[in-house]
Amino acid sequence: MTVTVYIPRDSSARAVGADEVAVALTAEAARRGDEIRIVRNGSRGMLWLEPFVEVEVDGTRVGYGPVQAGDVAALLDAGLLTGADHGLKHGAVDDLPWLARQDRLTYARMGVIDPLDLADYETHGGLAGLRNAVAMTPQEVVDAVSASGLRGRGGAGFPAGRKWQTVLSAPGDTKYICCNADEGDSGTYADRMLMEGDPFTLLEGMTIAGLAVGATHGYIYIRSEYPDARDILNAAIGAARTFGWLGTDVLGSGRAFDINVRMGAGAYICGEETSMLDSLEGKRGMVRAKPPLPALEGLFGKPTVVNNVLTLGSVPFVLAEGADAHASRGLDRSLGTQVFQLAGNIKQGGVVELGFGVTLRELVEDFGGGTASGRPIRAIQVGGPLGSYLTPDQLDLPMEYETFAAAGAMVGHGGIVVHDDTVDMAKLARFAMEFCSEESCGKCTPCRVGSTRGVEVIDRITAGDDRAGNLTLLLDLCDVMTDGSLCAMGGLTPMPVLSALTKFPEDFGLTAQEVTS
Amino acid sequence: MRSWSFDVKRLTLGEMTERSLSEIAGGASLEAADPTSARVRAVAEARSAEPGPLLEILHDVQNEFGHLPESTTPVVAEVLNLSRAEVHGVISFYSDFHTAPPAEVTVAICRGEACQAVGAEALADYAKSRLGVDVGAHAKDGSVGLEQIFCFGNCALGPTASVAGRLHGRVTAERLDALIDDAQAGGSSS
Repeated sequence: MTVTVYIPRDSSARAVGADEVAVALTAEAARRGDEIRIVRNGSRGMLWLEPFVEVEVDGTRVGYGPVQAGDVAALLDAGLLTGADHGLKHGAVDDLPWLARQDRLTYARMGVIDPLDLADYETHGGLAGLRNAVAMTPQEVVDAVSASGLRGRGGAGFPAGRKWQTVLSAPGDTKYICCNADEGDSGTYADRMLMEGDPFTLLEGMTIAGLAVGATHGYIYIRSEYPDARDILNAAIGAARTFGWLGTDVLGSGRAFDINVRMGAGAYICGEETSMLDSLEGKRGMVRAKPPLPALEGLFGKPTVVNNVLTLGSVPFVLAEGADAHASRGLDRSLGTQVFQLAGNIKQGGVVELGFGVTLRELVEDFGGGTASGRPIRAIQVGGPLGSYLTPDQLDLPMEYETFAAAGAMVGHGGIVVHDDTVDMAKLARFAMEFCSEESCGKCTPCRVGSTRGVEVIDRITAGDDRAGNLTLLLDLCDVMTDGSLCAMGGLTPMPVLSALTKFPEDFGLTAQEVTS
Repeated sequence: MRSWSFDVKRLTLGEMTERSLSEIAGGASLEAADPTSARVRAVAEARSAEPGPLLEILHDVQNEFGHLPESTTPVVAEVLNLSRAEVHGVISFYSDFHTAPPAEVTVAICRGEACQAVGAEALADYAKSRLGVDVGAHAKDGSVGLEQIFCFGNCALGPTASVAGRLHGRVTAERLDALIDDAQAGGSSS
């Protein structure tokens, strides 16, 4: 009997040897006369166990990991194909506490299905949301998204329904759906994983958005660092066109919607929505002033929905299960779930989807298991390179937009980067400025020039050159950057810098008193 | 650090006249003697009807030639009815576009915070000393180049490096050595 074996084709899994495992298993099984069928699924998100191999035994998937090519022969000897015991065996995957404790809505099919098998997608609940949307009026779809409380998952947390309503109400025949897949923040990879592991969910969310606002064309702007995701998306789009989903007649509705993938070219700033629009238009990715809002004058000057991958990826659930199912999760005004990403110096790095309100401690300690080095945690950066550094005494903060904002931090895209006690926070503060000078689009002087001056001033402080005078200068510079930049690049770079400075003054050769006075 | 190199050629008066004339003539005479320009034009024209196609065209040209040949700016500008300054501005804005041929093997190290938390800076320093080149530079013989990348999206399994276009996680100095040796030997690293 043919045994089905799942080996992720997620690029993180491939980066630690998943392809080699697939090759070795194919060869070794053939040599032994074992009949196997290998499915290259998405990752379950337990990245520290990658390559994570699953074997289907009597309808149950049994997991082994991390498996290297060199382990394959011994695993087969032990009885891998019957789910037998082995040092790398973790047991029935659905029962693993790490997964069972999660509340996966957006990531419901992640790692479960064959990413490019539309039948598999439908069997696992795919297209239910779109089929519902097809039967609704555009206003009803927008109302459902508004009622769900869904907020932009890309970081800003803007209510998706309000944005869609603006585009729906905007006059004009030509409108666009633009998916921001320029996931450039270090510590975030949930967009990439969804695109690689369950691309149809994104396409379904975009199609629903198109029907809702009256757009017939969508673009996915994906960063060039994600070539695997791009290839999978293109293949998924091809399959959806053949199926009669994308194209001139979406699932027989008589309405048209199609999607194209466009690739960025190595500019972090193009993750900012207006830069992304300029880049999609084939220009330098320069930030635009707002207003006009992209919802009214976006791509090629037309009304445009710009949403992040996970925002659009959350929409099918809302339309399939109803707005209330989404709104019943989360905390206060942060409704639904967020796909949190554990990264950096973390023992059990990976993806945790849970309702907003879970504490940082539950994520970092319970799921993450603390640092990979085994040393104490010293700093945690939440929300990407522009997010504040938090200290271990802030671990009980609930992951929720407003609470974090009140604490001078941001949830952002849900990326959590852990540093142990060997970290030099002055170096990271300097890096934040260096990164800004490297990636600034150059439009606003405080960002373009201020970041370079910021590197120099931090260097002078750490070198002990007129510390007091240069500290005043740095604080002043951060003020100017915060207030004098059009977008978050220049405006938020002071967040990591100032949080490092105030929480870890000793790394700069300063005392707490000097920093706060 | 991005390093952009521009070829500043000193042209004789005769060459300048010849060049301007060929440009006035729509570049056709230049292309008759230059298959590269002709090919760039074909690539550009294949997409010129798409909305805002400049980045897509530049990607296509670079995929074909490994870099953007000198004729890219004038030819693409003409096909899209843009000024050369606009095309040059786009090429120089994005760090992916290269106006000189790439090294035979490119080593790219992630310097994102998540990779820094597990030793990416030490790995980058090691790569510099091992390869004898700075970040953003090529070895003199063109055999190898070193680049920095801000995030490959492999943030749970860093440090991350890409060698000859393949992504690798949990990279140690020894592993990087093996990957580079393998790539330079022309093998497919595992």
